[in-house]
Amino acid sequence: MQDAVVSPEKTEEAKLKARYPHLGTKPGGSDLLRKRLQKGQKYFDSGDYNMAKAKMKNKQLPTAAAEKTEITGDHIPTPQDLPQRKQSLVASKLAV
Amino acid sequence: MMAGVGGGNDFQWCFSQVKGAIDEDVAEADIISTVEFNCSGELLATGDKGGRVVIFQREQESKNRLLSRGEYNVYSTFQSHEPEFDYLKSLEIEEKINKIRWLPQQNAAHFLLSANDKTIKLWKISERDKRAEGYNLKDEDGRLRDQFRITTLRVPVLMPMDLMVEASPRRIFANAHTYHINSISVNSDYETYLSADDLRINLWHLEITDRSFNIVDIKPANMEELTEVITAAECHPHQCNVFVYSSSKGTIRLCDTRAAALCDRHSKFFEEPEDPSSRSFFSEIISSISDVKFSHSGRYMMTRDYLSVKVWDLNMENRPVETYQVHEYLRSKLCSLYENDCIFDKFECCWNGSDSAIMTGSYNNFFRMFDRNTRRDITLEASRENSKPRAMLKPRKVCTGGKRKKDEISVDSLDFNKKILHTAWHPKENVIAVAATNNLYIFQDKIN
Repeated sequence: MQDAVVSPEKTEEAKLKARYPHLGTKPGGSDLLRKRLQKGQKYFDSGDYNMAKAKMKNKQLPTAAAEKTEITGDHIPTPQDLPQRKQSLVASKLAV
Repeated sequence: MMAGVGGGNDFQWCFSQVKGAIDEDVAEADIISTVEFNCSGELLATGDKGGRVVIFQREQESKNRLLSRGEYNVYSTFQSHEPEFDYLKSLEIEEKINKIRWLPQQNAAHFLLSANDKTIKLWKISERDKRAEGYNLKDEDGRLRDQFRITTLRVPVLMPMDLMVEASPRRIFANAHTYHINSISVNSDYETYLSADDLRINLWHLEITDRSFNIVDIKPANMEELTEVITAAECHPHQCNVFVYSSSKGTIRLCDTRAAALCDRHSKFFEEPEDPSSRSFFSEIISSISDVKFSHSGRYMMTRDYLSVKVWDLNMENRPVETYQVHEYLRSKLCSLYENDCIFDKFECCWNGSDSAIMTGSYNNFFRMFDRNTRRDITLEASRENSKPRAMLKPRKVCTGGKRKKDEISVDSLDFNKKILHTAWHPKENVIAVAATNNLYIFQDKIN
């Protein structure tokens, strides 16, 4: 049965393409899937880390303690800087 | 409006209990991530994002209680999984419990499997109601007695004590999944179970933790060629050699472990043909199956995609036998649902004990039930506003356009943060558990 009216889905698609003209041509494609496979916050890239270390070779590496005050975008996290994930010591509120 | 879904014309769903905090600020850890009744329905388990499991037990039926069935009270609670860090990949491993599955009960203790993204654990929940008193070498408070003061020998006696429910991890099945576990399913042989991640499915023996068989592997040699992922998997309820898995492309594959060691070639392939002219950017995303469940009879299976629930006859691969629209009015909102990521929400679905009705969640804390025989459907809401004991639930309606009638809610007023992703139906009775973010609602039918 042919629709005289444009399907709501196609209208929505046109809306999306209007807002994001560079959206991938491949519908739902492998970009989405790959993003799904790598869920979770990645703390650092070892390549970036080693590049930063190489740059700092001639200078003295600042201690982690001194840098704790301000973390900027250029800062490459070290294991000491990572927020400690503590286990949930609080009981579930369902069990009250 | 007719509320006769799930058991005849006199049927009415009523509020029974609600568990969890009332406050507006929901802590991330308190968000319920899975709900599951055990095989008898006596126990109800929940898992949350904080890695904790809470098990409720139904009160014994007593003659005094005429107006309602037994209530569910806390039986045991424990920390199942803890946050971990994968140092090799610099990624956090969430402690969120993705799935809980109960083992059939074989002795006085209860066993369940709980899984986060990477690890599955077998927990034993047992009761202790006696303790030994009158030890020879130590006092009642555990301190060692001065051995020179011991002049007689006595036999310790077992004395009753307050019931203590203990949960202990009996097996830890780790390091078998590179990607995130989305499903676990206990096999009908009661010896094995399967676990599925985005690209692989493994078969385990419940007694063996240091190895598992890989039975499905859809990882392409070149990851650039990745087109589809595994979204859910389940063992057949009676045939221990059969299992199914669903994909992000809306297909289901049924596999037979007798056919080959690696079940990459399916025995049956279920896919509904699509009209190519109606294809859009959203088609594949909304066709992605978020849950697959066999009927108790083993003859049918049900799949949930973004907008609908489909029932498939295992003997017919080319289309489902029944399709139920959950919230078709969202089709004209797909653009904003894509922008706020709601289009990726993974809703689950479940059968009632007799396979005559199915249930699934929606937004605004609404959930939907479909009666397969009468073809009636109903929308109900999990809300504290309607939480007086045994209060009857009023059917809800979403207004899709034009004039909004009284008591209807318009699509634009729906709260998309109030998602009901996890629901469970008691295996034998009309009692349902609905997880609404951090609250667990229990509803039951009205006793006439």
